[in-house]
Amino acid sequence: MLTLARTDTSIVGRWWWTVDRWMLLAIGLLITLGAVLTLAASPAVAERLDLWSYHFVTRQFVFLGPAIALMLAISMVDTVTVRRIATCGLLASLPLLALTVVIGPEINGAHRWLQVAGFSLQPSEFVKPFFIVVTAWMLSAEKGNQPIPGNAIAGALALLVSGLLLAQPDIGMALVVVAVWSAQVFMAGLPFIWVGALIAIAAVAGVLLYNHVPHFTSRIDRFLDPAAGDTYQIETALEAFANGGLMGRGPGEGIGKRVLPDAHTDFIFAVAGEEFGLVVCIAVVCLFAFVTLRGYRRLMGEDSLFIMLAAGGLLTQFGLQAAINMGVNLRLLPTKGMTLPFISYGGSSLLGLAIGMGMVIALTRRRPRREIRG
Amino acid sequence: MSRRENDFELPLFELRARSETADGSTRSEVRWLLTGRGRLQIMSVLFAALFLVIGGRLVHVMLLRQAAEPAVATGQAEPRASERADLVDRNGILLATNLASASLHADAQAIDDPVGAARALVRVLPDLDEDAVRRKLASNKRFVWIKRNLTPRELHGVNVLGIPGLGFEHRQRRVYPLGSLAAHVTGYVDVDNNGIAGIEKSRDDLLTQGRDETLRLTLDARLQHALRDELLAAMERFRAKGAGGVVLDALSGEVLALSSLPDFDPNRAGEASQLALFNQVTLGVYELGSVFKIFNTAMGLDSGVVKLRDRYDATRPIRVARFTIRDDHPKRRWLSVPEIFKYSSNIGSAKLALDVGTAGQRDFMDRLGMLRAAPIELPEVGTPLSPEPWREINTMTVAFGHGLAVSPLQVASGVAAIINGGVLHPPTLIRRDGPRPEGTRVVSARTSEIMRRLMRLVVRDGTGKQASIPGYLIGGKTGTAEKVGGRGYNRRALLSSFVAVFPMTAPRYVVFVLLDEPRGNDATHGFASAGWTAAPTAGRIIARMAPIVGIPVLDEEDRQIRRAMHIGPKDGGTRLASY
Repeated sequence: MLTLARTDTSIVGRWWWTVDRWMLLAIGLLITLGAVLTLAASPAVAERLDLWSYHFVTRQFVFLGPAIALMLAISMVDTVTVRRIATCGLLASLPLLALTVVIGPEINGAHRWLQVAGFSLQPSEFVKPFFIVVTAWMLSAEKGNQPIPGNAIAGALALLVSGLLLAQPDIGMALVVVAVWSAQVFMAGLPFIWVGALIAIAAVAGVLLYNHVPHFTSRIDRFLDPAAGDTYQIETALEAFANGGLMGRGPGEGIGKRVLPDAHTDFIFAVAGEEFGLVVCIAVVCLFAFVTLRGYRRLMGEDSLFIMLAAGGLLTQFGLQAAINMGVNLRLLPTKGMTLPFISYGGSSLLGLAIGMGMVIALTRRRPRREIRG
Repeated sequence: MSRRENDFELPLFELRARSETADGSTRSEVRWLLTGRGRLQIMSVLFAALFLVIGGRLVHVMLLRQAAEPAVATGQAEPRASERADLVDRNGILLATNLASASLHADAQAIDDPVGAARALVRVLPDLDEDAVRRKLASNKRFVWIKRNLTPRELHGVNVLGIPGLGFEHRQRRVYPLGSLAAHVTGYVDVDNNGIAGIEKSRDDLLTQGRDETLRLTLDARLQHALRDELLAAMERFRAKGAGGVVLDALSGEVLALSSLPDFDPNRAGEASQLALFNQVTLGVYELGSVFKIFNTAMGLDSGVVKLRDRYDATRPIRVARFTIRDDHPKRRWLSVPEIFKYSSNIGSAKLALDVGTAGQRDFMDRLGMLRAAPIELPEVGTPLSPEPWREINTMTVAFGHGLAVSPLQVASGVAAIINGGVLHPPTLIRRDGPRPEGTRVVSARTSEIMRRLMRLVVRDGTGKQASIPGYLIGGKTGTAEKVGGRGYNRRALLSSFVAVFPMTAPRYVVFVLLDEPRGNDATHGFASAGWTAAPTAGRIIARMAPIVGIPVLDEEDRQIRRAMHIGPKDGGTRLASY
């Protein structure tokens, strides 16, 4: 392991002594597990698509190094730089997100991707962390009595991003964005009367979506009444879990991955369950819970509202995505395309998460007390 | 300022206390931070609950639910539907069924080391030729068969080798558990399970309909075994080239046993010779000789032209054109109708037939089904060879079974009609539920009654004595025909046949035996004729059959039976009354 003196004042030295090493370890474990599970799940999918067996594995592994490097690099910058990266990143990625609606190829009835140099880029994965940090900045600016209409900007941003996502359409992602934004507003001290009002609005929105978006309707119907429609994917996932039992069938012995269309992305958790068993699944849940809750715990000792809202939002996104993905796999929630952070296949998702968690690590580093507040 | 910095290191309650005293702007930010901490705590609780629910659901789905709900279909767990329906005998004994089997093939392009792979394969499958396997594996073809129908042990052995590029095709293999026992009836299938002979061919559509309904045949495996076993023994005893036999239920036309020797193992039909694959009982047509006198006599009696007491001059042979018709056991005197039958007189039979006439004979043979292929459910059915044109000379020769070639099954079926009361039932191999079809009347009940007595006479006193088994009241008729060979008939190459019926008081079973070129031995004093070869064989078959089908042993000297079998002076003269 790194041996760095306490007195080492280089960037790495300072980073090592200030960073949350337990969280670093947990994220490292998640990335490792993700690599193993991609090896387990994706060859079956690749072969079904008549691709080379390790098509998805190599692509994922190509992204893995840059993603880790990016995460570590970002985790070394200071708070102000995080804010700047997020602002620039948002300004750069929002137009790309808008572009997908215009020129993105249609895949499964949605325009979510841009084709860039042989790779498919999913801008929404990059928008998410930047949007969260900028929102946190705006909300904390208003609370810090700065001359910026922070709440209004944050609200407008949320409408813009969720609107673009709905236009793709990517309802799941839009819901996550709105949920995280709501969590940030909640952390920023939204009165409980407003919280109740927001929940009411969300309920009304849900009913409207159910009544007017056929795609959404059928998803909910199938969840509420499994006999009503095609629930093949989710039934297969549940059978895969049941097959796994306590210790799993063993690496490579899974059957569900041969038929699950999204075994390497949305349903990788089911493959993990079948091949590695309950023990590994519980470990995965614990890792996600650990990262989220430990992050929150650390933020409770935070003296900057911006940091609390930014890191809190990013952690909420991380935990929420994980919970939704696992919930869908276990038929606790209606089917909704959502990646399992650091574990599902997907380059954009991996890079987006690396940026987000890099920012979390950067923001949760122990800082010398701030000197001056404007 | 540095003092304010330290505030944030303090526990929450102390921070709250201090914030009360701080100045306005500070209090505002501190208040928001305090609120934020509270909200973070609420969110922590929510997330903790969420992850706990997920963990609980995991335990539920992966451990608890598992026992309650069926596991996912693993592909192999479901029993595979049969590709072909089973064949069983009348008692449900399995004659043909399916076994799951795996055939080994290879993708030669995926084999890295053909030499090593071939060596390893031959170790597991020793019957393979290593050079041939190596050539196949090095052929660069995407698909080559290595071996068909591996046993489970071989399958396991190949799997253990773990050579990439080998694959199995899991199919079903047709299996005949009784081997060659009923080979000519069941027939067999090709490597792709298409029926190509026997019932397998004639009922191919029915068997492959996927309904998986067992097809029940009329055969009785026990009788089939008795018949085949005795025919085999006779073939050996008389050094015959072949043998055939059939057992009919005279009342229904059902074929209870049918055997043609030499036969073959339908599990390995590919290795059988042409001779073994030839069904002499249904496909072969032969001029069977004197057994036809049964039909000739019945025809005469039933037509009303001939009376049982009529006599015919058999003093000297008949010369017609370039043919001479003579008797094998010449009596050189006038013979009554029963005597003509008992002594198997060709001269008498020919004259009897002339009295009925050519048209009458042809019509009678047609009604008995002798002029058309037997309506049996086998593809291997021979079409009779009948005289064309049918002249007077043909009438005379057909009378004693020459000039009209029919299959043994046709003869057995015709005899069944003659003795069962006079009703012809088409022979059948498929067991049917429900009432038996009506059948067509061919002779009167009275004629049938007389024919029973005449056939009993042959076994009691005539050429069929050696077929007699005390207590079973067997009747029958011999037939010794010379085979057609080169020019004309060959005196040394005989077709010896015997058709037996029992019990004669209430005939139920017809047994037909045919021996192809039997040779006499010491026990037969060198004779190869039917009375010395086919007749005793039929007797042995009946001796084994009777206890199986449950025919009670009768006292042949019983008054009632003697009366039933009696041919008296009013029927055929004094000579016969003294038997």
